[in-house]
Amino acid sequence: MNPAPIPETSNEPLAPGQRLPESERKAFSPEAIAEIQAIMAQYPDKLAATLPALYIAQREFGFVSLAAMRAVAETIGIPEGHVFGVATFYTMYQKAPVGKFHFQVCTNISCALRGAAQLLEKVCERTGVKPGQGPSPDGMWSVEEVECLAGCGVAPCVQVNQDVYDELVDEDKLVEVMEACKRGEYRPWGY
Amino acid sequence: MVAIRTKPDHHTYTFPGFGSEKFPNLLLRGAGDLNNWHLPVYEQQHEGYVAMRKALQMEPVAVTEEVKASGLRGRGGAGFPAGLKWSFMPKDTPERKLTRYLVCNGDEGEPGTFKDRVILEYNPHQLIEGMIIGGWAMQCAMGYVYIRGEFLWLIEKLEAAIQQARDAGYLGKNILGTGWDYDILVYRGAGAYICGEETALLNSLEGRRGEPRVKPPFPAAKGAFGQPTTVNNVETLAAVPPILRMGGGEYAKIGSPKNSGTRIFGVSGHVKRPGIYELPMGTPMNFLVEELAGGSSTGRKIKAIIPGGASCPMLDEKDFDVPMDFDNLKARGSMGGSGGLIVMDESVCIVQATLRLIRFYAHESCGQCTPCREGCNWMQLILNRIEHGQGRMEDLDLLASLTPRIGMRTLCPLGDAACGPMDSALQKFRHEFEHHIIHKTCYAQGSKLLSSVGAH
Repeated sequence: MNPAPIPETSNEPLAPGQRLPESERKAFSPEAIAEIQAIMAQYPDKLAATLPALYIAQREFGFVSLAAMRAVAETIGIPEGHVFGVATFYTMYQKAPVGKFHFQVCTNISCALRGAAQLLEKVCERTGVKPGQGPSPDGMWSVEEVECLAGCGVAPCVQVNQDVYDELVDEDKLVEVMEACKRGEYRPWGY
Repeated sequence: MVAIRTKPDHHTYTFPGFGSEKFPNLLLRGAGDLNNWHLPVYEQQHEGYVAMRKALQMEPVAVTEEVKASGLRGRGGAGFPAGLKWSFMPKDTPERKLTRYLVCNGDEGEPGTFKDRVILEYNPHQLIEGMIIGGWAMQCAMGYVYIRGEFLWLIEKLEAAIQQARDAGYLGKNILGTGWDYDILVYRGAGAYICGEETALLNSLEGRRGEPRVKPPFPAAKGAFGQPTTVNNVETLAAVPPILRMGGGEYAKIGSPKNSGTRIFGVSGHVKRPGIYELPMGTPMNFLVEELAGGSSTGRKIKAIIPGGASCPMLDEKDFDVPMDFDNLKARGSMGGSGGLIVMDESVCIVQATLRLIRFYAHESCGQCTPCREGCNWMQLILNRIEHGQGRMEDLDLLASLTPRIGMRTLCPLGDAACGPMDSALQKFRHEFEHHIIHKTCYAQGSKLLSSVGAH
């Protein structure tokens, strides 16, 4: 609960984005480019394709890396700076690699009243990763603390990748979900 | 076509007497039934698209008048009359033809609120019908539904429902022979609470950072893609078909004066039956919490209730009898907000609860206006200090002096929203803050709202 440490100052300041990890992949597949172009045609202004294109980039690249942002800018034909600004504004674009199963635990007030803080601790304990620390060594798990997922009535609420799992009141349900992930019953990250 | 997720959820949607004349069921028709989103079910069982056919035979202005007569107030939080908002849209003149848009705000992010999700899950066609009626009333060229990114499965469902409506000829070119072209597109947000603010939402819809715009110009003059736009909440638009079906005058009889109609209340926190309850406006809060939601789930007394989503000032025991509508809640120093009740029992440390709420605002502030960006962070730091036993008595005055410097001094209401819980907690539960400072521990022993693993 301590505030984030202030980054050390250096004589050579980093350019925006240089703190972000890079991805191996550098360019979109032709299908992705076609998909983005179809989205651009739907809206009166091609700029509107920025958000959907970043989702496509996240799917293709695994996370939104600098190369992914550049690819989005190039495909839509907009400045790189704009895409960087948008990608860093929204929390659902992961700017660093995540695990195959990305656990997002809501700890906002309604969930906290029903034990979300303890649930988050249990998720961290069972997966062996802490929020914001990147995926576990085997690449299976990553954990993020998020704000309200609109599951207040069935709190505490956990979202794995893009699917919401409700009623996660106890540890048993958490184990159940994790086992289902291991068995491959849930779509892994990257769709 | 993608497979539509059919996972049952555990919310309570109904109660004895729901659907009778006293508690009309206008928005939650078929809630709980996962097949309810199909067009044939909606048409055959829930008078689906009757209102749309009626509206399309009326003059657009007459439709707006009908909504005005109903007294429907926006369900997003501010409670602005919906019909009046519609009438602000500029009309075509012989010299100038305008492209108008209708935008539906489904960026449900207010902690404690989960009503739009239920409409999208069980009754998406009622929203589509509302959007067609609204689009006709304002003669819009396009409708956009902006839905928060976390609701991917609901986006897939809504898109499938829109396709059903398109196949039935309710969307597309020359709808039902009126010569009017209209379609609906779904836009997926990407996780920013601020995008629930209408101008931030428009920026986000245009593919920009979700920062609120300077008003004026208001969206009715210059909204999405520079064109006249109206932004309405999901629940507001879903309330339009019943209004057209029963007539505005008849709808206005439901609820309390100047707060007509039914509203979806979500109850969460320490209650036995958390869930979604549709009630006429003006229903007393203790009836909802005690009778319908079953009262305290822990056996302890209820200490505080946040009556309309996290932004609303908390109410303590003496106000639990407040009739739930915009005006009565305002008179008691709170807000109608988005209709999400958060119930806290005696075991809750108000300092922790306030810190958790303020941390949310500090995290979600878009950073555009200094009072909100800096002020929320400072409130978080000071509350953190108090929570960890390092508070000073003068911190309380410092906190109280911060809120008037944030509230009403920002472009959008996020700053004001952060002040609601802060001010009310300080006024109503000051002794808990003082206890924390003097004894360096919670007044309510054993309250665990904060996790030991780091924050965001």
